[in-house]
Amino acid sequence: MPDFLLELRSEEIPARMQAGARGELEKLFRRELEAANVTPGDIAVWSTPRRLALIARDLPVATEATREEAKGPPVGAPDKAVDGFCRKNNVAREDLEKRDVKGRDTWFAVIEKPGQQVADLLAAAIPAIIRDFSWPKSMRWGEGSISSESLRWVRPLSGIVALLDGEVVPVVLDGLASGRETYGHRFHSARPIAIDNPDDYATKLREASVIVDHEERADRIRTGAKEAAQAAGLALVEDEGLAIENAGLTEWPVPLLGRFDEDFLDVPPEVIQLTARVNQKYFVCEDAANDGENRLANAFVCTANIAPANPDVVVDGNRKVLAARLSDARFFWELDQKKTLEQHAEGLERITFHEKLGTVADKVDRVAKLARWLVESDVIVPAKTGTAVGGSSGQQQIPASAGMTKKHLADLAEQAARLCKADLVTEMVGEFPELQGVMGGYYAEKEGLPQEVADAIRDHYKPVGQGDDVPTAPVTVAVSLADKLDTLAAGFFPLDQAPTGSKDPFALRRASIAVLMLLERNNLRVGVYDAVKHAMMGLSVWKDNYRFLTARVSSRLKDMAVVTPDQIGRYGGEPLVLMRNMKVADGERPQITDAKLLSLPQTQGNLLDFLADRLKVQQREAGVRHDLIDAVFALGGEDDLVRLLARVKALQSFVETEDGENLLAGYKRAANILKKEGWDAASSVTPAQAGAQNVEDQPGQLGSRLRGNDDELEQTGEEDPLALAGKPEFDAAIRETGHPDGKSLSYSPEPAEKALIDALAKAEPTAAQAIENEDFAAAMAALASLRAPIDAFFEDVTVNDENPQKREARLDLLARFRDAVHRVADFSRIEG
Amino acid sequence: MARAMTPATPPTLNRASDTATPRRDPTRSFQDMILTLHDFWAAAGCVILQPYDMRMGAGTFHTATTLRALGPEPWNAAFVQPCRRPTDGRYGENPNRLQHYYQYQVILKPSPGDIQELYLGSLRAIGIDPLRHDIRFVEDDWESPTLGAWGLGWEVWCDGMEVTQFTYFQQMGGFDCKPVAGELTYGLERLAMYIQGVDSVYDLDFNGRGVSYGEVFLENERQMSKWNFEVADTDGLFDLFAKAEAECRNALDSDVPIAAYEQAIDASHIFNLLQARGVISVQERASYMGRVRDLARSSCEKYAEMMAPEWEAKFPGWTL
Repeated sequence: MPDFLLELRSEEIPARMQAGARGELEKLFRRELEAANVTPGDIAVWSTPRRLALIARDLPVATEATREEAKGPPVGAPDKAVDGFCRKNNVAREDLEKRDVKGRDTWFAVIEKPGQQVADLLAAAIPAIIRDFSWPKSMRWGEGSISSESLRWVRPLSGIVALLDGEVVPVVLDGLASGRETYGHRFHSARPIAIDNPDDYATKLREASVIVDHEERADRIRTGAKEAAQAAGLALVEDEGLAIENAGLTEWPVPLLGRFDEDFLDVPPEVIQLTARVNQKYFVCEDAANDGENRLANAFVCTANIAPANPDVVVDGNRKVLAARLSDARFFWELDQKKTLEQHAEGLERITFHEKLGTVADKVDRVAKLARWLVESDVIVPAKTGTAVGGSSGQQQIPASAGMTKKHLADLAEQAARLCKADLVTEMVGEFPELQGVMGGYYAEKEGLPQEVADAIRDHYKPVGQGDDVPTAPVTVAVSLADKLDTLAAGFFPLDQAPTGSKDPFALRRASIAVLMLLERNNLRVGVYDAVKHAMMGLSVWKDNYRFLTARVSSRLKDMAVVTPDQIGRYGGEPLVLMRNMKVADGERPQITDAKLLSLPQTQGNLLDFLADRLKVQQREAGVRHDLIDAVFALGGEDDLVRLLARVKALQSFVETEDGENLLAGYKRAANILKKEGWDAASSVTPAQAGAQNVEDQPGQLGSRLRGNDDELEQTGEEDPLALAGKPEFDAAIRETGHPDGKSLSYSPEPAEKALIDALAKAEPTAAQAIENEDFAAAMAALASLRAPIDAFFEDVTVNDENPQKREARLDLLARFRDAVHRVADFSRIEG
Repeated sequence: MARAMTPATPPTLNRASDTATPRRDPTRSFQDMILTLHDFWAAAGCVILQPYDMRMGAGTFHTATTLRALGPEPWNAAFVQPCRRPTDGRYGENPNRLQHYYQYQVILKPSPGDIQELYLGSLRAIGIDPLRHDIRFVEDDWESPTLGAWGLGWEVWCDGMEVTQFTYFQQMGGFDCKPVAGELTYGLERLAMYIQGVDSVYDLDFNGRGVSYGEVFLENERQMSKWNFEVADTDGLFDLFAKAEAECRNALDSDVPIAAYEQAIDASHIFNLLQARGVISVQERASYMGRVRDLARSSCEKYAEMMAPEWEAKFPGWTL
């Protein structure tokens, strides 16, 4: 079976486009074959700067003939119908055949497609592939371009080799004819070379100093660069992106090592590496120092596209270019240090952060206040003396902040925050934006600022996405968290800036994932609602309007007679909280259409929803079952992320045990009975479930929110009965009055019934206490003790007793069991 | 760094009889390099033009490039264009930054199929052997919002140094280029520094007989840097900008778009001077750039629209 070679030769294809072009070529080639029902063997696709090549193995010589029949109108149908049928099937009327269909004469068209030579098929396919080819950017050229409809390619297309085994597949496209001739290396091989067949293509090109396989070139670069470094007694700083890029820039790659002036090593290594990589596509090298820490060496490896007559000439030219670039970098490095970071920071007033929210200087001011608040409100505390924590570099070290006072930590956090964006206006970051933070860290060190401050400036952008290092140094954590909370609060203003689909101009997804990672990694105990609200209040647009809005919402609600002055007092006038807790007679929420009035609570709500969604995604990606996440989220009333995750983890472990499975089965049975009997209304919920009930009531508003029962948010004290919700001692008292226990029954319970009542009496406070202690495993264990009693209860006791008192008491008992389980998680959400 | 202003020996002049056939040495003389390029491109069929007699930031502004890139008529030209970039001035103290330097421009329309080979031939002519030096075509697309123009191409590297900008114009003045022109822009000083092996532009041998680039231009760089950055009367410049803008409109209204285009070039350079003087704030900057863009684009558009009937008559079937 024949093999096919297609080479599309052009002027230099941008390196970054070659991988995509290989994929496109294969895709279009397969599309053409599939359309003709041809199945190829192996397909190989290669690229160099000057050509795309495809070799398809084992094609058939010809496609098989096909015969199809199409049923037409009945004989005697109007001419119009018959003619239309003929046109559609491209047959002459006299060629129609008459067939009997259920006793009726009907016209049939017989369409025979003869087998096609694959060579002919390819001759038609090649122009289609070239015309349909999609490049990130394409162009016209040459004489043909006098029409704007002329052929487009990434750069001028200069030759087509199309060979089916040894035969040329003839193609002419915009005056360009296919053949078997191609060109080798631009400088090492001047004359055209003739390809005999697909098999000798790569060999012939290699003889003409072209390695057509991009993988092989990248390999040569990897190995050659490494060897060049080793030969100089150095270690190459490997860079896969550079290996691939240089493979895309060369047909005959020759890595060469050169040296630059040692004096440049005063410039930070990141700067040298970026200068070499971004501007010149050079690798850099390291010295193996005695202390085991590698240091940048004054050497680079460039990749030439020729085997130069004298490599020193090429290396020396490249050295000069690099020296000029490094001179510029050193100039920036020295110039930037002529000002302090504080002086640089003044320039931030000229950079707009957000058209409605002011400059970067304004943002910095908010971040500084927020960072201080995070310390002063004990969210972030000084590291304990002698406690080893992971530094940003991943090494174990004693934090410099160990044993410092809260005041000192707050001062450092604020100082670092005030300087953290100053490097954005330095020359160096202007030149290399990717060095933001890094340069600020260096300049802070040079200036003699405290190490914690320099570290925080350097690392406060972290973590950038999943998998990045998460800061743990307290000053850094404060600045990083404050920065991201502010980004979120600002990003959600005004309404409708929340990310949708792929649009996320403020990178809010990344910011929220970073917030979650910072909280989790550092075990930070903060109500997310509080943190978010605090961040929002930093924005003057909210702060100025807040009182006004609060008063307006409250009075509007009062006017609508849906809220009493007492309620306003109880909920502290928080619009969000008030709105959530308002219920009018028909169960509808008050409709307030004033966007301004709604914007604050909505923004708060949107932001919390957004964080909750990110958390769910993050946990799901980490392998946590989504139904378990839902089961915990559905509880509501929780905006302490660390506690929430602990609960999810404990639940995950528990449901996988036999006890967990059986308890779930018992729970489901109880829930089904209660549902069937319509016992929901009668179930006297404990306040802990009040939140969960709210969640059910307003799907979409509260369902996914971290914190469901917002009535806890602004506890004003004793006048709020719900303020005590969740405290086990009160729960017990409430249960005394609402739930059946052994003493209040009007009949003698059966043994299994009694056993369940007793087990519940024991398990409930134990579980409640464990939850209070945040020992969720213990809470689950307490629930597990209910497994045997509930099984026995279903075995031995008839719920639907004829005696209505018994029936009611037993349904109440099941409700109580269900509610006890709900204290840990909403088991109705768990699958299985 | 730079050579003294006064040559050690008094300059001597050859008489015609001494140099009946001038021998060029582009590797030792800046001017011979330029003359060699002229010879090369003249032989290739180009019109050799002299520089446009106006201050401009790049050779692309020359009407031989911008306006001639429009329309269907073939056009091949080569010329040196002095470029003024006031903010790049360094008072003669930086070895490779100047507020005034030379570009060598070649414009070939339609772009010939062997344009890369032609270009490489010109490098060989001035002494760059591509088997000794690593020549590379590295992606670098070009866009000038000011001119409503863009193109695809490369920066050409010689041992890692960018020596030429190579562009296939796709649009000019907002119109498709039909046909496409190939534009080559050589950085002459940079290329000469490389060929002559000197580290400072001021050390270039200008004429192959000991006159240095510094002798010719160092004092200009000092004085012009000072004027650009410190001296130029900004009120006067603002005034000139407004006048150029008004005159451009006047010329457009009177159907003389080439004259209008010259005013646009002027406005562009005055804006650059104001930038160097540091009197245009970040906010104002965008607005000034928009005004210059309007002038340049309107001039190109007007030119194309005025010429279109003639072009369409000469090239049946061709439309703007």
